[in-house]
Amino acid sequence: MNLNQLTIRQAKDGLKTKKFSSVELTQDCLKQIKKFNPLLNSFITITEKGALESAVKADKLISGKQNLPLLGIPVALKDLFSTKGIKTTAAANVLRNYVPEYDATVVKKIKDAGAVILGKTNLDAWAHGSSGENSDFGPAKNPWNTEYVPGGSSSGSAVSVASEMSLAATGTDTGGSIRLPASFNNLVGLKPTYGRVSRFGIIAMSSSLDSIGHLTKTVEDNALFFGITAGSDKFDATTLPDLTENFTKNLNTGVSGLKIGIPKEFLASGLDSQVKAKFEAAVKTFENLGAKITGVSLPHTDYGIAAYYIIQPSEVSSNLARYDGIRYGLYRSYFGDEAKRRIMLGTYTLSSGYYDAYYKKAMEVRTLIKNDFTQVFQKVDALISPVCPTPPWKLGEKANDPLRMYLSDALTVTVNIAGIPSLSVPAGFSADNLPIGIQIMGRQLSESLLFQIGNAFERQTLYYKQKPNL
Amino acid sequence: MNYKAVIGLEVHVELKTKSKMFCGCSADYFTEKPNTHTCPVCLGLPGALPVPNKKAIDYCLMIGLALNCRIANFSKFDRKNYFYPDLAKGFQISQYDQPFCLDGVIELSNGKKIGITRVHMEEDTAKLTHQGDCSLIDFNRSGVPLVEIVTEPDFENTQEVVEYLKKLQRIVRFLNVSDADMEKGNMRLEPNISLRKAATRQLPRYKVEVKNINSFRFVEKAIAYELKRQEEILTDKALPSQETRGWDENKQKTVSQRIKEEAQDYRYFPEPDIPPLHFSETQILNLKSQMPETPSATFARFKANYNLNEYYTEILTREKSLANFFEETVRIGKKHKLNPKQIANFLINKNVDINSFLPAKLVQTILNSRQEEQIDVIEMERIIGKVLKENEKAVNDYKNGKQNAIMFLLGQVMRTTKQKLNAKEVKEKLEKILAQ
Repeated sequence: MNLNQLTIRQAKDGLKTKKFSSVELTQDCLKQIKKFNPLLNSFITITEKGALESAVKADKLISGKQNLPLLGIPVALKDLFSTKGIKTTAAANVLRNYVPEYDATVVKKIKDAGAVILGKTNLDAWAHGSSGENSDFGPAKNPWNTEYVPGGSSSGSAVSVASEMSLAATGTDTGGSIRLPASFNNLVGLKPTYGRVSRFGIIAMSSSLDSIGHLTKTVEDNALFFGITAGSDKFDATTLPDLTENFTKNLNTGVSGLKIGIPKEFLASGLDSQVKAKFEAAVKTFENLGAKITGVSLPHTDYGIAAYYIIQPSEVSSNLARYDGIRYGLYRSYFGDEAKRRIMLGTYTLSSGYYDAYYKKAMEVRTLIKNDFTQVFQKVDALISPVCPTPPWKLGEKANDPLRMYLSDALTVTVNIAGIPSLSVPAGFSADNLPIGIQIMGRQLSESLLFQIGNAFERQTLYYKQKPNL
Repeated sequence: MNYKAVIGLEVHVELKTKSKMFCGCSADYFTEKPNTHTCPVCLGLPGALPVPNKKAIDYCLMIGLALNCRIANFSKFDRKNYFYPDLAKGFQISQYDQPFCLDGVIELSNGKKIGITRVHMEEDTAKLTHQGDCSLIDFNRSGVPLVEIVTEPDFENTQEVVEYLKKLQRIVRFLNVSDADMEKGNMRLEPNISLRKAATRQLPRYKVEVKNINSFRFVEKAIAYELKRQEEILTDKALPSQETRGWDENKQKTVSQRIKEEAQDYRYFPEPDIPPLHFSETQILNLKSQMPETPSATFARFKANYNLNEYYTEILTREKSLANFFEETVRIGKKHKLNPKQIANFLINKNVDINSFLPAKLVQTILNSRQEEQIDVIEMERIIGKVLKENEKAVNDYKNGKQNAIMFLLGQVMRTTKQKLNAKEVKEKLEKILAQ
């Protein structure tokens, strides 16, 4: 077994007991990257030199009995996270030469926790997409079958963890961009409560929806990582006050007696039969583990995509205005089709005379969707549903049909609209051996509970042990 | 004239907070080296987020309170989207439909009330300098807190406009929230000017905005010029264009900058990076209690406490530094039995430069200058009696019609006392006694 195949927990133990060094661990990751990145297109930038330097430093600290939560652990960063001195492109041509002057808060926290940064991962340009195909630098490929999409927009991050190039990777989730690739790659992906992780330094897509999370191999790793990124930030006015919380504390509490709701609107027509089957199996598993399953209703779910595709492009059109050709060297003509589409949509929906009919209406729907969740969480502790209505699809299959592509987010966007947390966990495989995931949604700030539920499911199912055949 | 002027004002005031509106950079940019007060936030770098400056918000609320506005209990920031090279983010963070302060009023000396539509908070843009065929951007000014004060179209002539502007300038200076220095661009003026038919109250169908004027005198000239220009157009039975113009001091006229048939679409929407703000009753009361006194309150207090006439009171409260100086002088003068009126008299009539005097020193000066009058009447009579006794010859000479003899006696009195005496007064006294 190569060291890059370890979980964060296993690697931490091995480093602590001196079974191997961070340099050896990092070298194994870099070897894997060199071997498979040409095929999978997971990384845009590989920071080999910096990674090895950090690993050497980490080994010294480990020798000095330093105990940092990610000391010596190699991780990858979505190329939307500003990294001081390291190119940060958003996978967009407009920013292909941009080198930030500063680190995003989360990057600083990860560095301070002792992590080794392997590089910057591919994504749909500006995080606009569900498949990874909107990258201006070519799509990342699904390691389970390279003819398939890995899901997006955090495509490269998911691929890097699934193909064992990194032990964990950061992502952003505006409408499903962490959960979808997590589910397409047999990974655990967290979309935290809005405001629980700082957005400072992460290139904005849609400011009121962007949530900063990460993808890992296991639920435990995910909880561990969240302990580093969560927390208020004086540079982000939308972060919530600090709650000191140990996210791994309740991992083994189990789900016995917990009330878990199944929103019927999430299982309506359009759900692929294989996805449905895996979901039903998951429900069975929870029942067997002692959870109380109840059917519930989130009546405004159907308006989710419509509201999302007004709010999100509106904010996108404003957030992308700064790339006006004056400061970043490349003109607006360098924007890709999807970015142009969203700029036009958003400019239209914010225009006077249309604002009330679109943006304002969408914000009203947003309130209704929030209320749906608030009411349901008075009855149940958490909700479960599939992540994506379909298993991964083939590269190019939906690339020319934006509307169909948008609909792949139908089950994930309402969580962003409501600002609640959701954890995507592996739930099995399709007939073609492609991963399928479920999501566990909870009320605001309920991440600990989501880890508890996710971990119980993972212990029972052990899907994470299955690896792609590269 | 068949037409009446309809004038409204938009005034931008730069606040003198230590840091900028949404980041920690120093807001003091004047004469600083370009692009030295910058960070990811005010440069609008990818990923940077605005965090509002609490002090600046307090300052904005204080201006609103001083202008008798109602403070919104719920407010928010909005994005005003437009492209311009001096706008780092492609939008300006401003306030659209829910400004901090609404519905204020300010009274002019003629008793007329000018409505204050709104007072809102926003950020300044970077500064462009054009050199030949290249333009340079200085981001030191980008993100400096800016308060916009908008009036109703209540002004009917330039005198009213200038009085209002002076009042407003005085208010922000008294509150110590801005230097309101026109030359430094701390205060920028934008009158909206149009003419309506004298016979009707109906507002005109057009409006001409003159942008970014940085002197009261230019505002006067620009308005006068516009009123004449528009009257000529209207007299020709045409309608002046709805447009933005600028004042050209060299040409002594306004020049068209941008015709706007319709309002530019700024696609305002709530700033998602800044949570909405709530101002509670208690918060506002707290702020009120900490607020420096406004010029009108100072005026009223001076009138009540010092028993001065309106003219003196007005002069003494025109500038905060003078008002403070006066009060300090009164405080010290009290120990020396100087009354406020004596001090006000001296300050105003002798045109004292308060920058080169300390209040204690001024008290001393007043006392010295007043000592002539201060000598005890009884003491003076005693001295005069003594001198007359010792100089019987001169007394007789005087009584025998030798008028000059009194000058000799006066000299003797003046010499006998060590104090400075008012010769005229002593002479009168002498005459009075000799006549007995």
